[in-house]
Amino acid sequence: MTDLIAAFHLAVSLILHVDRGLLEIVVLSLVVSLTAVAAASVIGLPLGAAVALGSFRGRQLVVLLLNSAMGLPPVVVGLLLYLLLSRSGPLGPFGLLFTPTAMVIAQTLLVLPIVAALARQVIETLWEEYAEQLRSLGCSRHRAVPTLLWDARYSLATVVLAGFGRAIAEVGAVIIVGGNIGGFTRTMTTAIVLETSRGDLPLALAFGIVLILLATVVNGASLCITHLTRGGIG
Amino acid sequence: MTKTFLRLLAVLVVIASAGAARAADRVITLASTTSTEQSGLFGYLLPIFSRDTGITVHVVAVGTGQALQIGSRGDADALLVHDRTGEEKFVADGFGIDRRDVMHNDFVLVGPSADPARIRNGSDPVAAMARIAAVEAPFASRGDDSGTHRMELRLWQIAGVHPVSGAGWYRSLGSGMGPTLNTAAAMEAYTLTDRATWANFKNRGSLVILVQGGERLLNPYSTILVNPARFPTVKAAEAKIWHDWLTSPHGQAVIAQYKIGGEQLFFPDYVKQR
Repeated sequence: MTDLIAAFHLAVSLILHVDRGLLEIVVLSLVVSLTAVAAASVIGLPLGAAVALGSFRGRQLVVLLLNSAMGLPPVVVGLLLYLLLSRSGPLGPFGLLFTPTAMVIAQTLLVLPIVAALARQVIETLWEEYAEQLRSLGCSRHRAVPTLLWDARYSLATVVLAGFGRAIAEVGAVIIVGGNIGGFTRTMTTAIVLETSRGDLPLALAFGIVLILLATVVNGASLCITHLTRGGIG
Repeated sequence: MTKTFLRLLAVLVVIASAGAARAADRVITLASTTSTEQSGLFGYLLPIFSRDTGITVHVVAVGTGQALQIGSRGDADALLVHDRTGEEKFVADGFGIDRRDVMHNDFVLVGPSADPARIRNGSDPVAAMARIAAVEAPFASRGDDSGTHRMELRLWQIAGVHPVSGAGWYRSLGSGMGPTLNTAAAMEAYTLTDRATWANFKNRGSLVILVQGGERLLNPYSTILVNPARFPTVKAAEAKIWHDWLTSPHGQAVIAQYKIGGEQLFFPDYVKQR
């Protein structure tokens, strides 16, 4: 119990006296996870919509694969990427292992199935609802994609946030391909792992509290934007 | 909306690449052990090295087994590890060159202060571990192919004990030193740890040092260069500067100066050899 109280005290003082080390870690966590989520959304949202509206052979299989890939263990993704990016691996010449770029790639791979699979479900439901209407307006399946994406934007924002949740909380992949190098590839989650292994449980937990606050701020910001745009559009 | 989004993306890319550019000049990657990182040695020593040479060292701190694995794929420029047998094989296999003894510290056997196996105040880890096995007192093993784990296995072998992990007294955790100490503290188990990690470890519970000081508990560290002939991408020149600095009288003095609570944790070895 004293550990828990100590952790809260520490979390508060960490936030009040922002030290450089913590700030670096927070900024890197945000940059890596937001970039990964952005990349995964740019690919995943249209991909999800395409699968939702497409009628092609093996569509069910694609849906199954996308849904299953949501459960990809981060450690496995990290390990595969490690072998690919290693100097002895096929992508070795790029020298990306143990860099923030490798961490972005890892998280993009983890977030992509979540965004694509959930977007597919959202768009499919919407299409079932509006298919006749859109067809009567002479709108083809192909042309319906942007309309549906725009119409579902609030649900899709939640989808993207789910992806962000996965990315910011993930440790298994980034610690393998990033190497948890202090001042270079150390994120909130890998710092928590490090402090836990130092036996400094209150500090580890304090980092955890800061991480949760960070996620709350990002989600809150997105909620505000939603409210403002809804109000603005009327 | 798309425009704002793209703009945000552009800003993020710029930030990320600025970070990468800053890091691109004179950086080496060092694969090392959790014990050197968690003891705080690198936090003390690396800023001095960077000031002296202008080279930044990126430390990837893992178990010795994994550090050797990273080196054998050409993913690090230099290694600082502790497993003589593994190191010699690494060099013999052509992955590394110019292995040098840098420093040593020592292992200690820690356990619950109640000490059910009655090994307190000993200095012979083999006798103590034989007693632990005889009374089947809980023992937490790293089980992760690290230098410490390999040392523990050698000690069991000398003691003539062949522990099998399971629900019984011997528990193989497959974790780093810190997590193993956390678990050992929680289940009041004995475990083998290096003194440096122990000195820096906060969550000790009822664990105390019970056996220390014996000749068999010495823990020597070496520096090895990853072979540039085998991996052309290795930053050979910078890594050599690090390698030479570490074994120079100055570098050796810096190692000796590092203390926690007035206690010296690492003892330089290279000066003595010459």
